[in-house]
Amino acid sequence: MKLGTTEFSWRDVGTEARLLLIGIPVFIWTMLPIYHMFLFAISPKEDAFSGKFWPDHPTLHNFHIVFYQQHYFLRDFWIQFWNSTVIAVAAGALTLLIATSAAFAISRLKIPGSRWVMNLALFTYFIPAAFLAVPMYRTMGNYGLLNNQWSLILAMVTIASPYAIWVLKQASDKLPVELDEAAVMDGATTLQIFRLVYLPLMMPSLVAIGTYALLLAWNEYLYAFLLLSKDTDITLPVALGNFLAADDSPWELLMTTGFIYALPPAAIYYAFRRYMVGGLIAGAVKS
Amino acid sequence: MATMTLTPDEAAPRGPLSARLTTPQIWGIVMLAPYMLVFAAFVVYPVGYGLWLARHPSSYVALYNDPVFARAAVNTLIFLVIGINFKMVVALFLSGFFVQARSWIRWLSVLFILPWAVPSIPTILSVRFMLNPEWGMVNQLIFKFTGDDGPNWLNDPTIALTMAIAVHIWKSLPFWTMILMTGRLAIAQDLFEAADVDGASWWQKFRFITWPSLRTLYLTCTLLSMIWTLGDFNSVYLLTGGGPADLTHVLSTLGIRYLRLDQLDMSMAAIVCALPLVLPLVYFMMKRLSR
Repeated sequence: MKLGTTEFSWRDVGTEARLLLIGIPVFIWTMLPIYHMFLFAISPKEDAFSGKFWPDHPTLHNFHIVFYQQHYFLRDFWIQFWNSTVIAVAAGALTLLIATSAAFAISRLKIPGSRWVMNLALFTYFIPAAFLAVPMYRTMGNYGLLNNQWSLILAMVTIASPYAIWVLKQASDKLPVELDEAAVMDGATTLQIFRLVYLPLMMPSLVAIGTYALLLAWNEYLYAFLLLSKDTDITLPVALGNFLAADDSPWELLMTTGFIYALPPAAIYYAFRRYMVGGLIAGAVKS
Repeated sequence: MATMTLTPDEAAPRGPLSARLTTPQIWGIVMLAPYMLVFAAFVVYPVGYGLWLARHPSSYVALYNDPVFARAAVNTLIFLVIGINFKMVVALFLSGFFVQARSWIRWLSVLFILPWAVPSIPTILSVRFMLNPEWGMVNQLIFKFTGDDGPNWLNDPTIALTMAIAVHIWKSLPFWTMILMTGRLAIAQDLFEAADVDGASWWQKFRFITWPSLRTLYLTCTLLSMIWTLGDFNSVYLLTGGGPADLTHVLSTLGIRYLRLDQLDMSMAAIVCALPLVLPLVYFMMKRLSR
């Protein structure tokens, strides 16, 4: 991009070449599995299995089959897509609701013992989710929630809210106390402070946390596959896993469905990247 | 701000504040209640129930005698100690690459995030087919160039576990690279300029400027990644399913295996066995983050 603008020097060329020597393998490494998925999605079965880098007859036929549910494995595609959407949105909204009010209580209202609650939440955040899966499965059974989509929503809220509370608490600690004090002077009630002062100022973090919880629930496989089993109840990732049940799985359709399933989170991620980078990464690990 | 403790806040109730403590306090309790309910119902109860299921000493004897458990424990250690440290070193290196000011590197960094942004299930399955011994892209390429059949990737326990680690690295490398990048960008640039004036080499700059400022962050990231990787179910389960012959299980997939075999107590006992490894890490991370 800077050809001709600066004077030519062999040293720059050397640096550039060395950077390319890192950049090209990184590019291939990153894109290969995704490209492979895309390649399958646009290939007829024979081309997909031939190991070529571009199909002889690229086609959108696979998408047609998926959208019109014209395969045994895909007969509930749209309802599963809908399940994924509802569960992700519900988990995101519920996490946001619970975590925001908890963070407000911990950070702004300073009720005694709130530090304790924060530590409990952090502790939960550090329990690997897979370790909690089996007891959670049994617990949901005891509550009579198995095969009910609420079980997955509640499980996702449980997993997402500790981190959500922590990030929101960090963010709200940075808001000056004087704001609350001034609002109290003006006769604002606690709820008014929460609604009119706190929520508007916290917007960027709220967007980040809402997106985080939504994507977490959309992407979840393990809990979804434990807690839901009926074909019309399950989410898309579980349906993808079920493709493997057959020996002669239609891999080109599996990859097409996977590709469709991967698009919304990627789009959301890139759309909110500004918030994700600012709100989450900074909070994720502090030095 | 990281060093600020909570003690001054707790000592906060000054005159006017303590006078109106009651109403906000009631609100505070009301607003904390939903989370406390979720916590009680879906963390305290399951954890307690799980520990109760794991109370029989006989389950531990059975675990001890189960070769699959021993293998899974070793696999988990390999995954954590070799896999994670390798990943973090690469992330440290790549973070240095991505902070270079070039427009093509900025574009590459946008693409580089993709593995983190897309769900892992379809991409892991994509890799799984790539490694298919007959039809997969990898072995067809090997055949085209050498005329030999490639290895039966997922049928060899060592290669299969390595591939599971590779899939894990593929997925989470962008995240850690990004975090280390923010760490690098926070270092004052005039330090590097001064070092350049003094004629410092690339290695000296890393050794005396970058590393001292990144060290704590790097350690935190490594520990956090280890804790999270203990719960990485997808990389192993969807790639190898624990096979061949249950030789590539890790602790997170083992629980599900026992659940499938209807050995719930074993499933919980396996997790309890991991606690001596997990709890110190968790304790350390909590000390670091709850300041």
